[in-house]
Amino acid sequence: MLREGEGRVPVLELANISKHFGAIQAVNDVSLSLEAGEVVGLMGDNGAGKSTLVKMIAGNFRPSHGTMRMDGADLVMHKPVEARRHGIEIVHQDLALCNNLTAAENVFLGRELRRGFGPFGILDYPAMNRRAGQIFAELKSETRPRDLVRQMSGGQRQAVAIARTRLTDAKIVLMDEPTAAISVRQIAEVLNLIRRLRDHGIAVALISHRMPDVFDVADRVIVMRRGRKVADKRIADSSPEEVTGLITGAIESA
Amino acid sequence: MTSADMPNTDMPNTGEAKTPMANTLDQSIAQKQHGRIAALLGNQTFWVFIAVLLACLFLSVSTDSFATTKNLYNITRNVTFVAIIALGMTVVIISGGIDLSVGSVLCLCSMVLAVTMHAGYSIEIGIAAAIGTALLVGAFNGILIAYLGFPPFVVTLGMLSVARSLAMVASNNTVVFEFGPDHDKLLALGGGAWLFGIANPVLYMLVLAILTGFVLRWTRFGRHVFAIGGNERAATLTGVPVKPIKVAVYMISALSAGIAGIVQTGWLGAVTTNIGAGMELQVIAAAVIGGADLAGGVGTALGALVGAALIEVIRNSLGLLGINAFWQGAFIGGAIILAVLFDRVRNFRQND
Repeated sequence: MLREGEGRVPVLELANISKHFGAIQAVNDVSLSLEAGEVVGLMGDNGAGKSTLVKMIAGNFRPSHGTMRMDGADLVMHKPVEARRHGIEIVHQDLALCNNLTAAENVFLGRELRRGFGPFGILDYPAMNRRAGQIFAELKSETRPRDLVRQMSGGQRQAVAIARTRLTDAKIVLMDEPTAAISVRQIAEVLNLIRRLRDHGIAVALISHRMPDVFDVADRVIVMRRGRKVADKRIADSSPEEVTGLITGAIESA
Repeated sequence: MTSADMPNTDMPNTGEAKTPMANTLDQSIAQKQHGRIAALLGNQTFWVFIAVLLACLFLSVSTDSFATTKNLYNITRNVTFVAIIALGMTVVIISGGIDLSVGSVLCLCSMVLAVTMHAGYSIEIGIAAAIGTALLVGAFNGILIAYLGFPPFVVTLGMLSVARSLAMVASNNTVVFEFGPDHDKLLALGGGAWLFGIANPVLYMLVLAILTGFVLRWTRFGRHVFAIGGNERAATLTGVPVKPIKVAVYMISALSAGIAGIVQTGWLGAVTTNIGAGMELQVIAAAVIGGADLAGGVGTALGALVGAALIEVIRNSLGLLGINAFWQGAFIGGAIILAVLFDRVRNFRQND
């Protein structure tokens, strides 16, 4: 799946990142990089440090040690809003959707389009519906902008959450367990959405417990155990058995 | 106003296309065509409005005294105080909160106005003091709720007691009926009818309703209030400034009570420390009858007016029909339950 020899530059580089909360070492000396147009599966058991790592990339936590570099420049963030400004978008596990709003309203939540003069501008619903419709079409999702999210299937809800990341020129999309709570058919739909993001040259970090999904869609898999990175290899060079062993500790590292 | 309000009310429009898997293109198209009528028929505000119309029609035919200019003038004016506060309450309810302090805040603001003017200050200063008091009370409620995480029920229940007590302190629990040099201006403000013989309070109510409807539908703030009521965590995660908006929401509610207090003072021409007692329940009833959902995320400005109107028509009609006034509570309570029953029945159908 990964086309070799195109000389990709890393979008995001983490160097010797650690994070401790008091005496608890949640993430210990992790280095990794994400490249444009690449899907990286981030795997590990509960408490392995996946979410702490992701929260540092998302601007929720600051690393205790180590540096993050984005496009070659140092990346220091204090708030989640800053991550978005740097082109890092997060699709939360619970999707962060409002059931009582339409798909388009959810896509633009917090970033509503307005027309008119400055602070007196009124919401531009036609433009928001149009843009959301375009994004859904790009994602090849059958979601309609004017439908209430309450009425939607799990796959469509994922599409709405993912559509948010397409509003800006996101470089990195972090997805937290996107396939955890939906049906098999909808999982295929979501994996396709992830491929669309990759085709747009976005680096996708996929946090997942589901081995088949990672092996289906990811180019590379990173395994975390007890706060450390124990493996970082091409999907082609690995196997579900090996990754399972790495997650549980049956295999020390690879 | 209607068109600006309608889209907010909506629960899902149609019964079909609810099961996730069955959302085929054909169904989608069918749903689009029936959407408008179905939305109207599935709209609680619409049915309550029909109920108000039918009640008015029935009363016009069956009594001689209902459809008189004087009675209609009375009804429209009586509706306004509950309706104005119901507008603010609707905003709070949409955000997923509740404000029990409005009756007491109305009393406090009326009293601040009355005492200030009685002391010889102009009407402008009196109104500014009353509005300032309302905003202060609202900000206090809002900050405790948004920043310190108090449950809205508890904070505003406390304020219900505090505000009325402060009104008693401010007036030494007396009746104020002399409002200093601008006495006549104040009475004209509340009791006059400056436009086409429509009582002034009704005009204020209409202006405020249009304003509220506009803000809810057409501003970022309005969308964010709905988002907070729908899923507060989602609103936070997507960068909506949840805390400041919640403070603003309680300030709006207190402000609506303050405005109603000022207008009511001008209309009554006197302020006692028991005005507005128990009003919070009428106001909440009006909002809920008008379609606001106490779980948050649903409600309209138009609904608040229609809900308030239904309550007043029930009250008025019982008197005209010669039914014992003790029945009032039963009828109004029945209306609350019946209005919400429609909503429940619709939800049952959809969930099947």
